[in-house]
Amino acid sequence: MIELLWSIFDIMLVLLLLALAWTTCSTQDVKRAVTLFIAMGLLLAIVWARLKAPDLALAEAVIGAGISGALLLSAIKDYPVTPMVSHRSRLIEGIINSLTLALTILMSWAVWHGLNMSDGIRLSEQVFSQLPVSGVSNPVTAVLLNYRAYDTLLELAVVLTAVLTVLTLNEKRSDYQGSTSPLLQGMTRWLVPLLVVTSGYLLWVGAHAPGGAFQAGAMLAAAMILLQLAYPSRRAEFNNYLLKILLVIGIFTFVLVGLWMMSRNDDFLAFTPAWAGTLILIIETAATISIASALTLAYLGGRPGGWEGRGSEGKAREDTHRTSRSITENGGAG
Amino acid sequence: MMTGGASTSILTIALLIALNLLLLSLLIGLFRAWLGPSVEDRFSAILLIGTGGVAILLILAILLQITALYDVALVLALLAVVGTVALTQSESNHD
Amino acid sequence: MIDTLAILAIFSGLFFFLSGSIGLLRLPDLFTRLHALAKADNVGLALVALGVIILEPAVVNDIKIVIIWLLVMAASAISSHLVARHALRENRNDD
Repeated sequence: MIELLWSIFDIMLVLLLLALAWTTCSTQDVKRAVTLFIAMGLLLAIVWARLKAPDLALAEAVIGAGISGALLLSAIKDYPVTPMVSHRSRLIEGIINSLTLALTILMSWAVWHGLNMSDGIRLSEQVFSQLPVSGVSNPVTAVLLNYRAYDTLLELAVVLTAVLTVLTLNEKRSDYQGSTSPLLQGMTRWLVPLLVVTSGYLLWVGAHAPGGAFQAGAMLAAAMILLQLAYPSRRAEFNNYLLKILLVIGIFTFVLVGLWMMSRNDDFLAFTPAWAGTLILIIETAATISIASALTLAYLGGRPGGWEGRGSEGKAREDTHRTSRSITENGGAG
Repeated sequence: MMTGGASTSILTIALLIALNLLLLSLLIGLFRAWLGPSVEDRFSAILLIGTGGVAILLILAILLQITALYDVALVLALLAVVGTVALTQSESNHD
Repeated sequence: MIDTLAILAIFSGLFFFLSGSIGLLRLPDLFTRLHALAKADNVGLALVALGVIILEPAVVNDIKIVIIWLLVMAASAISSHLVARHALRENRNDD
């Protein structure tokens, strides 16, 4: 009876996910697609919880529901109602469909095969056997920040690159035209501190329970976005210098620690077991600050003052100088 | 760890039935995301899934004995508002 | 005995969740739907949280669940208010 009820739950979850994915891709209304996509993110958090993966559930809830929700909902607000029509030919659509089908079959076979593999040495055994010397007691944090620390460093670089791209391409989000509700401002006054404290809690608890830098950073970003939206009249003016420092401090600290460990242990990012816990906490704190500033900037958009000014202004000034000098020389010669 | 209460199968069966019915109510609410003429209608379905998700996570925490799921539920509760504020208090970059 | 109380609380909360989502689907207007949603959020989650508190032995987690409950109540109130206000303004601009 218990097994049956669990199976019903699982089957409902799977069918719901598939239905959401299908309708998100096939619908022609952008607002409907975005809403279903956010709903799918929330459902995925429940799926991860069901699969006994609370770290993934936490990450999905914070990033999928919080940050992605805010970004997408702000984008579709005033979207025109015209339906999206595909302009591709039937042939290309057929090719895309068959390739996707082939990929789906391949992935299903891979998952099936992986589930029915013979017993061998599993990586999880290695993870748990080395856990006492890794500096933390949460195996996920050990993998992310000790065994595969290099990958996490590259992830931070990817986030930074993405944000810089958004900042160069996107325009600043314009100020809200309507009036802000006093209820909202009253709530923000206690919700933002609560979000900041929870972010600190997630950062700290990541050593022995689900949590960590990415979740904490995304929560902090959500707090900053909320603050920005609730008090639009006091629009934050970016302090150029501080901003550059905040964005880069995660990667900077990470590389610094890695180089220091290289000088001690002959290998980049090879932590001394006695210091591993402290080093991981330092790296995670810096990473939280970087991720929070990156995500907040990605939402707010625009170019913080001074980033474009020097480049284009300087070039224009140089051109003017060159032109005036050539005119003077030609005028003098002629 | 839980005391003897969780090992009784009646409790587990009752919790599982409640879990399934909660998921069913989320499924019903999702139709509003599909239909809802305005974007606010669709968004109210997301709010329902957010709160329903918190309830499902609370029950899963008891069933699966994972205390970390309380943190996930806390996070979901905190971030439900941020989505609403983003929808209603922002200007999009379109015309 | 204790378990029966918890199951009772959870199933009562479930009733409100189901009625909230059915109301979300079948009621005619955005504002009436928000009203149904608020019932599911406030009463439904409160009863489910009460049931889970009864079942959970660790006091630390019980405090977390109380915080979750208070947050969801506040979030639900603010969300309904903001969404309704936003919808009213949009209607006014269309006229």
